[in-house]
Amino acid sequence: MIEGLIGRKIGMTQIINENGEMIPVTVIKTGPCVVVQKKTVDKDGYEAVQLGLIENKKIKNLNKPFKGHLEKRGVKQLVKILREVRVKDEKELEEGKELTVDLFENVKKVNVVGISKGKGFQGVMKRHGFGGGRMSHGSKIHRTPGSTGAATYPGRVMKGKKLPGQTGNKRITVKNLKVEKIMKEENLLLVRGAVPGPNGGLVIVKNSEFRRG
Amino acid sequence: MEILSKVEQEYLKKEIPAFNIGDTVKVSVKVKEGEKERTQIYEGVVIARKGSGIRETITVRRVSYGIGVERIFPLHSPTVQDIKVVRRGIVRRSKLYYLRNLVGKKARIKERR
Repeated sequence: MIEGLIGRKIGMTQIINENGEMIPVTVIKTGPCVVVQKKTVDKDGYEAVQLGLIENKKIKNLNKPFKGHLEKRGVKQLVKILREVRVKDEKELEEGKELTVDLFENVKKVNVVGISKGKGFQGVMKRHGFGGGRMSHGSKIHRTPGSTGAATYPGRVMKGKKLPGQTGNKRITVKNLKVEKIMKEENLLLVRGAVPGPNGGLVIVKNSEFRRG
Repeated sequence: MEILSKVEQEYLKKEIPAFNIGDTVKVSVKVKEGEKERTQIYEGVVIARKGSGIRETITVRRVSYGIGVERIFPLHSPTVQDIKVVRRGIVRRSKLYYLRNLVGKKARIKERR
């Protein structure tokens, strides 16, 4: 069993289910991926597989060590993006094998990992949803975080206090998104709800059941 | 974008009956009551048509027992079975939200003959 695949977020749209309800879905182009390297317990201490994302794009500027890495394992497709996913009891998997959405055929729910859209350095209202002060009526506090703690005791600001800082551009996992539809010819996976990152952003789609034993 | 429209394509109706803003229409809606299904007819004036592709909707307004009721129908939804034009209207704008503020004789729309 392979945990998941690499993909790209295409965008969001709606589909209609059998009850005539509109369902918001995110379209993810999952793969096709190629198995670049197998990692085994004997050799690497854990079981995993390194996948490369095959894209319909001209690939240049691959350096020699990278090309050598691919050639050594007999991977014919040129890939630029490599990611690792775990595998469990997988015997027939070979380096150079191609994987498609078929992997998710009987999967009900998936976790999607992506890098969220960067928002830069943001205040506490946007970053943590603080209420802020009132804008008028003589108020002098508008968007400030307010008090950050008590006085002499503890005499310091507690660790983990919610303060302004970099917002977004962070690895985010959204768990248990329902798989609404699989379109095999186009390698598309339609998943209910939103997924982190911009359209065209790289995501890793994982089977939610994989780590539940 | 191409891929998205391809995804939507499958759910689009082949043909949507022709009507204009300001027309009085009869919309046949599939209603589910327990296990039975039947068709309900909702009649009113089309006051807005919004969106494109699968998100395209119409807003139909009627005054029932003195209370204005507006229903929004997704045009491509299978619950919307049919749209029939009862009366064609002459209007000069694409959104007839001004009708909400009018009652009685003023809320009439001139008929196109």
